[in-house]
Amino acid sequence: MTRIDSLFARLKTEGRAAMVAYITGGDPTLAASAKISVALEHAGVDILELGIPFSDPLADGATIQAAAGRALASGASVSGILELIREIRKTCEIPIVLFAYLNPVYTYGFSKFQADARAAGADGILLLDLPPSEANQNKELASLSGLQTIRLIAPTTPADRLKEITDVAEGFIYYVSREGVTGEQSSLSTDIADRVAAIRALTQVPVAVGFGISNPDQAATVAALADGVVVGSAIVRKIGEIGDAPDLPEKIADFVRPIAEAVHGVKR
Amino acid sequence: MASLPDITSVPDSHGHFGPYGGRFVPETLMTALLDLEREYETARQDPAFQKELDYLLREFVGRPTPLYLAERLTRELGGAKIYLKREDLLHTGAHKINNAIGQILLARRMGKKRVIAETGAGQHGVATATVAARFGFECVIYMGAIDMERQALNVARMRFLGAKVVPVTAGQATLKEAVNEAMRDWVTNVRHTHYILGTAYGAHPYPMMVRDFHRVIGVEARRQILEHEGRLPDLLVACVGGGSNAIGLFHAFLEDKGVRMTGVEAGGRGIVRGEHAARFQGGRLGVLQGAKTWLLANADGQIELTHSVSAGLDYAAVGPEHSFLKDAGRAEYTYATDDEALAAFHKLSSIEGIIPALETSHAVAEAMKVAPSMNSDQIIVVNLSGRGDKDVSQVMELEKDLPA
Repeated sequence: MTRIDSLFARLKTEGRAAMVAYITGGDPTLAASAKISVALEHAGVDILELGIPFSDPLADGATIQAAAGRALASGASVSGILELIREIRKTCEIPIVLFAYLNPVYTYGFSKFQADARAAGADGILLLDLPPSEANQNKELASLSGLQTIRLIAPTTPADRLKEITDVAEGFIYYVSREGVTGEQSSLSTDIADRVAAIRALTQVPVAVGFGISNPDQAATVAALADGVVVGSAIVRKIGEIGDAPDLPEKIADFVRPIAEAVHGVKR
Repeated sequence: MASLPDITSVPDSHGHFGPYGGRFVPETLMTALLDLEREYETARQDPAFQKELDYLLREFVGRPTPLYLAERLTRELGGAKIYLKREDLLHTGAHKINNAIGQILLARRMGKKRVIAETGAGQHGVATATVAARFGFECVIYMGAIDMERQALNVARMRFLGAKVVPVTAGQATLKEAVNEAMRDWVTNVRHTHYILGTAYGAHPYPMMVRDFHRVIGVEARRQILEHEGRLPDLLVACVGGGSNAIGLFHAFLEDKGVRMTGVEAGGRGIVRGEHAARFQGGRLGVLQGAKTWLLANADGQIELTHSVSAGLDYAAVGPEHSFLKDAGRAEYTYATDDEALAAFHKLSSIEGIIPALETSHAVAEAMKVAPSMNSDQIIVVNLSGRGDKDVSQVMELEKDLPA
């Protein structure tokens, strides 16, 4: 059983949702990302989403765009991210899902990347701009067994493609809770429950909800509806504000802990 | 490598031009693209749509454009006859409006209330703002902050036309970043907004649809050259940023085996990393902004900085159909440097009385290079894709230190 699958199996018996935290690898440096990752696990994070920085992150809002800029400026490369995973794995066993745009992975070599990421200790990959239809039609982009492929579902995804995506889903499904790019929101969409129910009607694969969740109240609301709660931009914004300071990992852990507690406090 | 499909049969139903193109977008955009594809397929088989488009192209846009023999340029170069396809004479001053008018009709069919666009040189932004004004749409144009400086005149035009022009300061603050920002807007407002993408680039159906709306350029040119000369040309020349004017000219000639085609990319300050935008010179295969194609990226897959004197060619990736035509050996691709383009800008202005856009000047530069070595009974057709009014202040600034 993969790390991701056993995590969700365990959480199911415990009756709680997963706290999923996103950071951009190499923001502000690869060394800091390693320390932040370990601190996040101690703060209660169940799954680490690790972004591979890309020069043109068109699905991301200003916050994560800026993080990618910082990471690239500090010299983060694809092989640097693989090294980062190895570093995290020295002390940390939580599932790691890579969050990536296709071009850096494609340039590295699609199947070589999956093998190397797997060997480094990654568990899953979410390729933002590789929809299932393209993966099916490009032999060189066909998924290998190395990593579990995490798929996005959007509020606009119609029934026919909902089926297409859930048919190939593994690990968990990432439901994007609103139309737009990544970023914090003051209020959550009202139809999350309905959409999650529609996905669950088609698959047993757990559903995590993200895009716009930034505080413990919102996290608790979503934890009651879904199998996982993804918090990204709020953490990344904090990292940007604090910068490459010695107490950065500790401060990020302090920020995330109450959100993780809110997620775990919801009995399901 | 598998053999390529027939050049006139692309793209396939998934938007693939052989190994290029496709629909590499996040799920958040997928529904909008599929809706657009469906609407476009219906519209292009609808005689009423075609009739309205033809009417607007004729009465509002100003088609057909002349195919004009550049007599003095031809005589001075002493080789092939050079004809200019005068897209610069269209309403708003460039070929871009052929596509903008087509897409605004689609946006209306889809019941959208708002249109957005990216722009580099500002010509596509002006064209979009124009059709938005004509059809009563809210209009937002994303433009790199650097491009807004070098194309201030077009920024003013867009504003007069009622569009909101949003400066994009991320990254290099040019066309690529404007596309990212437009796509972010589209994802966020997808239910009531149509994205009028301005070149033969992006995710399916854009490269095909934009090509189809510009195909009229080549259809007219082919008919006109037969009228003027009783024969087809030997060579077509067009500049290639994303590649919309080039594919618009080339497409109607693809099956005319004797007609060679040359696309001219921006050589900038020379083929040195970060100093040019010639994707077929030192580029690599990759995926950017929805399409798989040739692009300028570093060994780690990060998109590289580009440079061109012309904002409209200053882009890191080339339209997927051009990558395909290159592989198929049907079109050739070369480049002109900033200096060559500027020289061509002045030459055409001073001996033909036609001031070309800096983008277009790259195509003129190539014609000037090759015409002298061709025979006087041979014919070159240059797509004069836009006029240079927008570039006047930039050229003045570039040359302010030169002797008068």
